[in-house]
Amino acid sequence: MKEWIFTTDHKRIGILYLVGSIAAFAVAGLMALGIRVELMAPGTQFIEPDIYNVMLYFHGAAMILAFLIPGLTGFLANYLIPLMIGAHDVAFPRINAFSVWLFWFAIVLALLSLAIPNPPDIMWTGYVPYSSQYSSGNSSFYVFTVHMLGFSSILGAVNFLCTVIFMRAPGLGWMQLNFFVWTILGAFVIQLIFIPVLAAAVTLLLFDKYFGTAFFVPDKGGDVLLYQNLFWFYSHPAVYVILLPAIGVFMDVISTMARNQVFNYKVAVFGGVWGVVLLGSDVWVHHLYTSGMADWIRIGMMVTTLLISIPVGLLIISLVGTLYRGSIQFSTAMWYTAASFWLILIGGLTGIPLAMTSLTLHLAETYFVMAHFHFIMGITATFAVFAGVYHWFPKMTGKMYNESLGKLAMTLNFIGVNLIFWPLFVIGVEGMPRRYQDYQMFPQFEVSQWWSTIGAVIVALSTILMIWNWISGAIWGPKAPANPWGSVSLEWTHTQSPPGPGNFKEIPKISPDWHPHEYSKA
Amino acid sequence: MNKRSILLGTVAAASLFAIGAGDAGAGALNDHTEHWKELWGHVLLDIGGIGVVFGLVASYFLVSYRRTRDDEVGKGPKFSFAQSMAWALIPAFVFMADDFYLAASGWKLWNDQRIVPEGAMEVKLTGRMWSWDFDYGNGKVTTNEEGLIVPQGKPVVMRMKSEDAVHSFFIPEYRIKEDLMPGRVTYLWFLPKDTGEYVFTCTEFCGTNHSNMWGKVKVIPAAEFDAWLNPPAPEVAAAPAEGEAMAEGAAPAAEAAAPAGH
Repeated sequence: MKEWIFTTDHKRIGILYLVGSIAAFAVAGLMALGIRVELMAPGTQFIEPDIYNVMLYFHGAAMILAFLIPGLTGFLANYLIPLMIGAHDVAFPRINAFSVWLFWFAIVLALLSLAIPNPPDIMWTGYVPYSSQYSSGNSSFYVFTVHMLGFSSILGAVNFLCTVIFMRAPGLGWMQLNFFVWTILGAFVIQLIFIPVLAAAVTLLLFDKYFGTAFFVPDKGGDVLLYQNLFWFYSHPAVYVILLPAIGVFMDVISTMARNQVFNYKVAVFGGVWGVVLLGSDVWVHHLYTSGMADWIRIGMMVTTLLISIPVGLLIISLVGTLYRGSIQFSTAMWYTAASFWLILIGGLTGIPLAMTSLTLHLAETYFVMAHFHFIMGITATFAVFAGVYHWFPKMTGKMYNESLGKLAMTLNFIGVNLIFWPLFVIGVEGMPRRYQDYQMFPQFEVSQWWSTIGAVIVALSTILMIWNWISGAIWGPKAPANPWGSVSLEWTHTQSPPGPGNFKEIPKISPDWHPHEYSKA
Repeated sequence: MNKRSILLGTVAAASLFAIGAGDAGAGALNDHTEHWKELWGHVLLDIGGIGVVFGLVASYFLVSYRRTRDDEVGKGPKFSFAQSMAWALIPAFVFMADDFYLAASGWKLWNDQRIVPEGAMEVKLTGRMWSWDFDYGNGKVTTNEEGLIVPQGKPVVMRMKSEDAVHSFFIPEYRIKEDLMPGRVTYLWFLPKDTGEYVFTCTEFCGTNHSNMWGKVKVIPAAEFDAWLNPPAPEVAAAPAEGEAMAEGAAPAAEAAAPAGH
């Protein structure tokens, strides 16, 4: 126990991130199940509005801040990056340990917020002036959780940027990095630039609520819209903090399982990953299309938002292209990845009408938006975390999970999420608003809501099967072969499973013609 | 390769712009609700087309490149510089052309939605946790329980303010919403084409009763609306059974009618 709590080993820190983020996923998932059960019929079934609102708040905040971001940039980045670049550890192991401590404290604080008399009910967006003047909930718990997770991410960002810049194995050039490493670099650059803006926004909210300042109080010269701008200035790029590493995982899985080089690697890196980082900072106003902003900036950001389709399109072309003339073996991770083509297409393409200001005057704040971002951000990135766990499971544990059970759980999960969100797309276009505890004004939507809830139950069952597969595989699973997928990437070819302290007995020397996605020479 | 791709992209962009600008309607009354539905149809075709192309290609690859032998490796193409740039620029121009087409048609609808027609009837809307007030300008005020009462066939512009949190006034039937921002006045307009009752509701989270902050837009024939907004002078309204008329009517008549009324 002590050697886990005080560890500075990036692999153990990665596992600690995984355990924490899956715990957050489980609690936030139960909240979602409760929400769906409440919505099976109009009127109040089981959950009163005030409790329902707390559950909505917790579901959103925990899924984004405590599951997706730490799952991808905490767990996967920690575990894989030093192994992929041939390093003994990260640049600053103790700071890395401090990051994971902050993350765990934040999770404890978030859970405590459910136990106090007035839990926050301000949604993960925490819009003023509801959060600062009218909500009786303890907004401070949310603010401090954001602060801690923010510090954790900033420290992680500095750490991993330094690690990749200075600690690559001798001879390992920039164009010889695993695609996942590139996506993590992009994600951390976004975190480093934009997290301070979010921290500022929620800090000013805290000052307004508890110290009587008036940053967002219109009667005293403050501005409500300022908060929304600051919040989304971070929180839209945060979507790419989640999406980029997810695409990185899929690319590495496809390249390995199809034994094929990444299609148009350099264009995917510079046009795709860095194009998203560059353009992703100039689109946040599409979250404020109905907020009474000046017309010219709503039109301007419509154009930039639509243009995001170019770098994202290049990434998707590379994902699909990497299959071309490949030799695909369908592991569980590959099943998740194949399903993600569907998720990315549906989620990405439904983003196009939402980029258009005029269509969004109807679609904003409806189930259409909600289904859209669940597809592209929620489920796609969740599938990436799951694919990552399965793909590197033999590396982390030295054992094999049950492949059939993994595929069964994946299939159920995939059916479930589609059953949840397709009906919601439809009633969203018909006008069903988000964040409603009751929909007595729209009784015609009851059937869709009911089917959606059935989908949520299926997802819950599939998650139990999956987590059982992981736990039983890690304890009783058969010993895994040294390189079960026949990968040429360093973490499989040069380390044991699981890797010992320091990862490599001897740091590998990289020749210029080696590439982690090059199979045709093998 | 590069030059051809640039040319291709430009031609595609230009032709799509032409399509976007081509269908300017010359109807007497601008109805952005109808335009929304048209544009939505176009966009669904657009994204549906892209989705089908990518989906079919990915499915075909997944099925036809399954591993058949254990020692098999992928034989993906190796690109020269020109080829890899072509694979970047051609898709980029195609996407950009589509983006500009969508932006142009989106902008057109945006102007329909934001430029209020002359002679629109103005209603002042005040939102608060958790109710709405509609002020028709001559002392007549209705709440969300009575509904927003508007005449058929006449554009209505809502001038909106909030007394507390952010709210958002949404009428799904008319495909329009806008937030009520404390400290600002925002607006939206719509054309009530047919008589009937349509739901309006709040779409910005505002606490406990957020999902109960709703009512009906009641569209009634214009003549009926005029009679409701400017009721005939009480002296002319002779029927004493009318509750409202009584209150301001002659005192003796009201006294006489009172026992029967209540």
